[in-house]
Amino acid sequence: MNPLWIATIGAGLVAFTLKYTGHSIPAHLLAHPKIQRINTLIPIALLSALVAVQSFTQTSRLIIDHRLAGVGVALIALLLKAPFPVVVLSAAISSAAAYRIF
Amino acid sequence: MTVGTYGLAFGAAAVANGFSVLQACLLSLLTFSGASQFAVVGVMGAGGSALSAIATASLLGVRNALYGVIMAPHLRVKGFKRVIAAQVTIDESTAVALGLQKRGSDAMRHGFWLTGLGVFLFWNLFTLAGALGAQVMGDTRAWGLDAAVPAAFLALLWPRLERNQDRALALACIVFALAMTPILPVGLPIIATALIAIAVGLRR
Repeated sequence: MNPLWIATIGAGLVAFTLKYTGHSIPAHLLAHPKIQRINTLIPIALLSALVAVQSFTQTSRLIIDHRLAGVGVALIALLLKAPFPVVVLSAAISSAAAYRIF
Repeated sequence: MTVGTYGLAFGAAAVANGFSVLQACLLSLLTFSGASQFAVVGVMGAGGSALSAIATASLLGVRNALYGVIMAPHLRVKGFKRVIAAQVTIDESTAVALGLQKRGSDAMRHGFWLTGLGVFLFWNLFTLAGALGAQVMGDTRAWGLDAAVPAAFLALLWPRLERNQDRALALACIVFALAMTPILPVGLPIIATALIAIAVGLRR
């Protein structure tokens, strides 16, 4: 089977299993404060890594290209407390502009 | 509005990274968790293996299990209804329900279902629109789509960085992921940062 299909179906199955398990297990099993804390930290770690990898790498190489303009503008938009659609759109527009210029 | 833009961005990013329109739509229907879906698309698009894409998405999806634990006593659903409730247990539906906690379990239930089903509908419709749109775009880099994905991740990360120690963790993970990129196979530098989060969580 094609890897894209494996990723599509596999991610869906695991995602649902996790959600359903949460609804079905006794609450006290996950009530430990350390588990709660790790639960808030894991998304921070993974999202940070994803931002970095999606902005500055291409396969296994570090690279600075037009995407930096987009992500930089997104950062400014977030600092200015812009709503989500503005952040994503302004990033896309500035990255597209940088791509066409360089 | 936010769900719409994000769904459009996801559908377009999926197609830009080599997924078909059908696969993009299935990701939204089956996985239905924005960050996990973007992770699958991002890791596969960067040339990672299906296994590392699934692992990254699943680690991001663990929080939905804990949301389920929080919501189950308020929803008290069984059978098919529990299947549906589980599928729409995401950041948004849980946040709305918790925001209504002071008004009692009835209000929480109402808020959960309305938000969960509403987001599900719009998320899937806009994924389809985004995927179809990207198909006619041609070179998606010229439309800035390759920067829209990290920008979306950054926007998801931003509200989680209120405390200084969380900012320090974020910075450490950025440096780690970049430093490991030339060394580890694609996708692994991202998954490995979950271990940093677990180590920090156990120590604090």
